[in-house]
Amino acid sequence: MKKDIILAGVGGQGILSIATIIGDAAMSRGMYIKQAEVHGMSQRGGDVHSHLRISDRPIASDLIPQGRADIVIAMEPMEALRYKAALDPQGWIVSCAQPFVNIPNYPEADAIIAEIKAFSHSILIDADAIAKEHVLPRGVNMILLGAASKVLELDVDTLAESVSRVFASKGDKVVESNVKALRLGAESAKTGCGR
Amino acid sequence: MTLQERQLLLGDHAVALGALHAGLSGVYAYPGTPSTEITEYIQASPIARQRGVHSRWCTNEKTAMEAALGMSFAGKRAMVCMKHVGMNVCADPFVNSAMTGVCGGLVVVAADDPSMHSSQNEQDSRFYGKFAMVPTLEPSSQQEAYDVMAKAFALSEELRLPVLLRLVTRMAHSRAVVNVSAEAMPENEIHTPDDNWVLLPAIARRRNEHLTSIQTDLVSRADHSDLNRLTTVGTPKVGIIACGIAYNYVAENLPDMADCAVLQVQQYPLPAETIRTLARQTGRLLVVEDGQPFVEEQLTGILPNEVKVDGRLNGALPRTGELTPDNVRAAMGLPARELHAPSQNVVARPPALCQGCGHRSVYDSLNEVIRNVYPDTKVFGDIGCYTLGALPPFRALNSCVDMGASITMAKGAADAGLPHVVAVIGDSTFTHSGMTGLLDAINANARMTVIISDNLTTAMTGGQDSAGLNKYEAICLGLGLDRDHLFVVEPLPKNMPEIAELIRREMDYPGLSVIIPRRECIQTLSRKAKAKNK
Repeated sequence: MKKDIILAGVGGQGILSIATIIGDAAMSRGMYIKQAEVHGMSQRGGDVHSHLRISDRPIASDLIPQGRADIVIAMEPMEALRYKAALDPQGWIVSCAQPFVNIPNYPEADAIIAEIKAFSHSILIDADAIAKEHVLPRGVNMILLGAASKVLELDVDTLAESVSRVFASKGDKVVESNVKALRLGAESAKTGCGR
Repeated sequence: MTLQERQLLLGDHAVALGALHAGLSGVYAYPGTPSTEITEYIQASPIARQRGVHSRWCTNEKTAMEAALGMSFAGKRAMVCMKHVGMNVCADPFVNSAMTGVCGGLVVVAADDPSMHSSQNEQDSRFYGKFAMVPTLEPSSQQEAYDVMAKAFALSEELRLPVLLRLVTRMAHSRAVVNVSAEAMPENEIHTPDDNWVLLPAIARRRNEHLTSIQTDLVSRADHSDLNRLTTVGTPKVGIIACGIAYNYVAENLPDMADCAVLQVQQYPLPAETIRTLARQTGRLLVVEDGQPFVEEQLTGILPNEVKVDGRLNGALPRTGELTPDNVRAAMGLPARELHAPSQNVVARPPALCQGCGHRSVYDSLNEVIRNVYPDTKVFGDIGCYTLGALPPFRALNSCVDMGASITMAKGAADAGLPHVVAVIGDSTFTHSGMTGLLDAINANARMTVIISDNLTTAMTGGQDSAGLNKYEAICLGLGLDRDHLFVVEPLPKNMPEIAELIRREMDYPGLSVIIPRRECIQTLSRKAKAKNK
């Protein structure tokens, strides 16, 4: 199994936590991992992304070649589209639906949503609404990860174990709410209410 | 066999853990992307704490390099870490540490930033290794980065020379699974050198003689090093020289290649004999190196060459910017892949100062004064989060060059007669390289206003300690600043009228003023609040 994943979002949205969970899950299965991040200046409210590669065979490049990514997982819909050209022809977009508008020239949100919906393989999830409904204000990224679990070929139970391990130092409450968010995301992607 | 365990490590972490396992006694550094996480890993490491490994941040890269050389003098293994431009700051002690030589192993880590993700240039630190005539190592994977540290310290002690370790962003800030040893080597006992470290001309000449005389040996070591490996596919028609992390991009595309030889280079000076043999066999070389054409220029020179050399100089690879699996694929002559058309619904999202950041109020006040009173003056900026004040909506800065340059450039412009000039510098940048410049300005009573925007931390790199915390007024007065022209204000939106009036008055004053707007970085503030609630 090989998955080349681009994680995208805006600085501070928590894409690195998603990467950490997927990385831990892949580690627990004895897989190879490479994950390239960018730190520093870009983290101040600018666009951020990370290349995450997991495979049961050794991985050479830290960066995913253009046109070879299997999934773009995005915390924000415009950031999802930024990496369209990175995707394999059969690749998936899994994105939150809620725009994060911190620039004056943010494009027409409807056009962005329409373009994602028109993409051959996509899951659009209103993670912000789900988080609000279930009072999980810090759970948006785990809801998104749950929604992506279907295409990640990592089952929700494996991911939930990783959530428990990674967030263990933050206490039971944090673990509980993150696992709940993860399962909610997986559930809503399955019922298709996100789409 | 030694016990091993698997860990998912950032390249920076692999370097840090490799150094700790090699018996490191001290790391000396100033934060700088992408090198910061090396020192942070050591600061948080249980082995380091248990052993009392020195890991406190230094004021700048020069003090870091000199302190590490001092620790080496005392026989212990020391490491210095910095971003590439930090090498410029510590160039004097770095180059001269090759002249004194070392006692305990000394490894200097320079993390380069090709494509300038978070930097002002893309200089290639391998030139510094060649310039100082010391061995340079460039690991190609996180595993190699971990493994190479023990070799680096051993090589440093055997040659009695500092060893330069070069990383790039994609190595420093990329994670991979690394097999690490379960044990750490013991630290060195204290012992001091027998040879003379006083670089008076007579002694320096002897040292220089020695340093130049061992260069052929360094080349021969590179030829025989197990870090420089040659692999062959089919009957090679091209020899690919893949330096450091570039090897991974070559390897990514290798399954599609027939008939080539790949020389993986991780140790410099270049393995000359190996390269000559490779060139004889293939008649054509492709040099794949991240950063500047350091290797390629050594191979090509000015005179015509029998061997065709492809690389950044002849356009086979882009002249600037970092390597990717895609531009390396093209240089290897492999066909491009079909891609989805890029979206038309995407615009740039540049970084910005945080909402509620104190720097915002400083720029708002400053802009108001400049717009209304001194529209023709210029503002000299510096390096940190507050450099983002150069972007819209503020557009408040006219320069940003190197650490500390705001004050000295403002002084030069004031010397030239530019009226009412302003320098804006952060607290940590000020102690890094601004204090000496302020002394110059004070001695000249230069007609300028210095704003030390103090957020009590080194914010841009993630909130490390600021060396001059709570000492800024004392530093300025100690340097001889007129007490009547030193002001501390709190940069909150409600105080803007008062701050703007102060800035206007001091810009009008025909001498030197220092204004210190002081309010804690909201990022460190919220991190502290979180830690408290836990």
